[in-house]
Amino acid sequence: MILRTFGFSEFGFLLSALLWTVVLTIIALSGGGVVGFLIALARTSTQKWLRIAAATYIQIIQGIPVLMILFLSYYGLSLAGLQLPPLVAAGASMTIYASGYLAEIWRGCIQSVPKPQWEASESLAMTRAQQYRYVILPQALRISLPSTVGFAVQVVKNTSITSIIGFVELARAGQLINNATFQPFRVFIAVAMLYFVVCYPLSQLSRWLERRLHARSHH
Amino acid sequence: MPEVIIENVHKSFGSVEVLKGVSLTVEPGEVIALIGRSGSGKSTLLRCINGLEKINSGRIEIAGHTVSADPKQLRELRRDVGIVFQSYNLFPHLSVGENIMLAPKIVKNIGKVQTRETAEKVLQLVGLSEKFDAYPDELSGGQQQRVAIARSLAMQPKVMLFDEVTSALDPELTEEVLNVMEQLARDGMTMILVTHEMSFARRVATKTIFMHQGKIWEEGPSKQLFGDPQTPELRQFVKSDVK
Amino acid sequence: MSYTFQFGVIAQYQNEILAGIWMTIKLSVASIILGCAAGIVLASVRSMKPGIGRILVDAYVEIIRNTPFLVQLFIVYFGLPGMGFRVSAVTAALIGMTINLAAYSTEIIRAGIESIHKSQIEAGEALGFTKLQIYRHVIIMPAIAKVYPALCSQFVLMMLASSVCSAISTNELAASAAFIESQSYRSFEIYIVVTLIYLALALTLRGVLALAGLWLFGRRVARRTATALPEVTA
Repeated sequence: MILRTFGFSEFGFLLSALLWTVVLTIIALSGGGVVGFLIALARTSTQKWLRIAAATYIQIIQGIPVLMILFLSYYGLSLAGLQLPPLVAAGASMTIYASGYLAEIWRGCIQSVPKPQWEASESLAMTRAQQYRYVILPQALRISLPSTVGFAVQVVKNTSITSIIGFVELARAGQLINNATFQPFRVFIAVAMLYFVVCYPLSQLSRWLERRLHARSHH
Repeated sequence: MPEVIIENVHKSFGSVEVLKGVSLTVEPGEVIALIGRSGSGKSTLLRCINGLEKINSGRIEIAGHTVSADPKQLRELRRDVGIVFQSYNLFPHLSVGENIMLAPKIVKNIGKVQTRETAEKVLQLVGLSEKFDAYPDELSGGQQQRVAIARSLAMQPKVMLFDEVTSALDPELTEEVLNVMEQLARDGMTMILVTHEMSFARRVATKTIFMHQGKIWEEGPSKQLFGDPQTPELRQFVKSDVK
Repeated sequence: MSYTFQFGVIAQYQNEILAGIWMTIKLSVASIILGCAAGIVLASVRSMKPGIGRILVDAYVEIIRNTPFLVQLFIVYFGLPGMGFRVSAVTAALIGMTINLAAYSTEIIRAGIESIHKSQIEAGEALGFTKLQIYRHVIIMPAIAKVYPALCSQFVLMMLASSVCSAISTNELAASAAFIESQSYRSFEIYIVVTLIYLALALTLRGVLALAGLWLFGRRVARRTATALPEVTA
């Protein structure tokens, strides 16, 4: 490659890579949201073995590096004979990662709905599924918003780790441009700024939701 | 045939036995007041009656259902037995109307029009027609408790249980809740209430039961029980309440 | 397709693995000590009256918390040499980890300081404490005791995130794994083993931090630390 300088077209390349960061984040949050939700339900189940299995899953995911989840799903999937594009491996591992954290966040939210709410709905002859659907989850959802948005910021940032297996998102795009331009400081500051532009508003939103939640529950 | 039959019920929390063989029958339309010191087992007994606490031995029958550990049977029972708690326990994310209509709609599969009609009727009964669209946190404690009663009534129960429903309320708010309960009693509802309101028990309850150390210590028609207590424990209890 | 797992191969590489573990531990411990110390100082600056100090600390915390650790490492390792500071991969890793952890510690400790009631400070004054004594015994130590579980979760997260330093060729545990993988081609086995080592390190670190909490703050804080999972701070 001929030596270039970091200019408009390079910045354009970063912007298009940012799109993949966003796509990966959305995959992680929706996939991890579904899996994490099921695990949060298992974690609050009346069945002891389900609770233990869910707690173990959460402890393991939260006790290992995201990078290892990434390598294990990358090599694990290829061992299973699946030659998958990096997007799938990246999406799968980000899903697993997000599920372990979202499950724990949401468990906390479900359990912070006061116990009398369970008793009152039970006494109205609701099934357990109806209690969740109509009484517990709507309240847990409101409580969960600030921390869920806060976690989304972590996911955006951690998608950068998928660059290590060669998935071309924002951080990887920065490396590629740096290899061509040898202007690391400029390039990576630009990369950092783009992450900041996505993450900062989310952080502020999370804080605003937190304040609103507090204001409502204390008046 | 009695509406409620309680036979030799025992209940322990860990190694502490809180109910030591309680037996009691309640006829339809009777109003039973359970009184006693805290820790006497009266609230536990009430919660055992609708299966919120599991009994260790004995038998409870209510409104034609037997209390069991089976969730499905318990749900059948709870369609016919309402309970109101000390802390109201309204669903904070739902309006007053939605609080009342939820269970009839999803548990009994009653249509929209009819649940709404019922909701308006029970709200009128507790004197809160104008609060249909309000949210629980916009209401006073007394109003919330009246909505909780209405919510139970909307299921058209055969028996109503009241667990110290006025204990969290200021005296002036207590009165409006007691009035609703007195009206219910007059309309012939079978009621069991755990209460600290002695004058209310004396006036409204057909029978009062004094519980002490996990047992029914003394029972009888309310006026007789309060007027002429037989045991020193009840005498002491009634006296300490007067002051 | 059938695959036979061969974990035996990995035994040959135990020296590489041990060296990797040792580097991960050294980096983690050093960054925890430095990052936490910096966090205490910055949170103290932050809690003083509004001014340029507060603005700078806030900006620092927000910038670090809203950009990826990996990109921070790239800037330190690839970017600083261009400005005349050449650093080794290990030094870059230590700088990156410390900068990152300092920002999170600042935010967590700040929340702890804000939860200390004014009345306690007044009580300290009434007892005739000096300003420094009040600061140490009435503000900082109780504040840290309050947020200690959250702080520890962040430490564990940092230890796990140190695996990313392999991307700038810091020879810690994840880099050892990559090296062994390139030599033996038993990629799945090696990553399973290394993942389990990380899990063991995380559990051990949490245990050690709980013991430290017991020694520093007493039983209640230690129990909360042992059971706490990493929290997500917004």
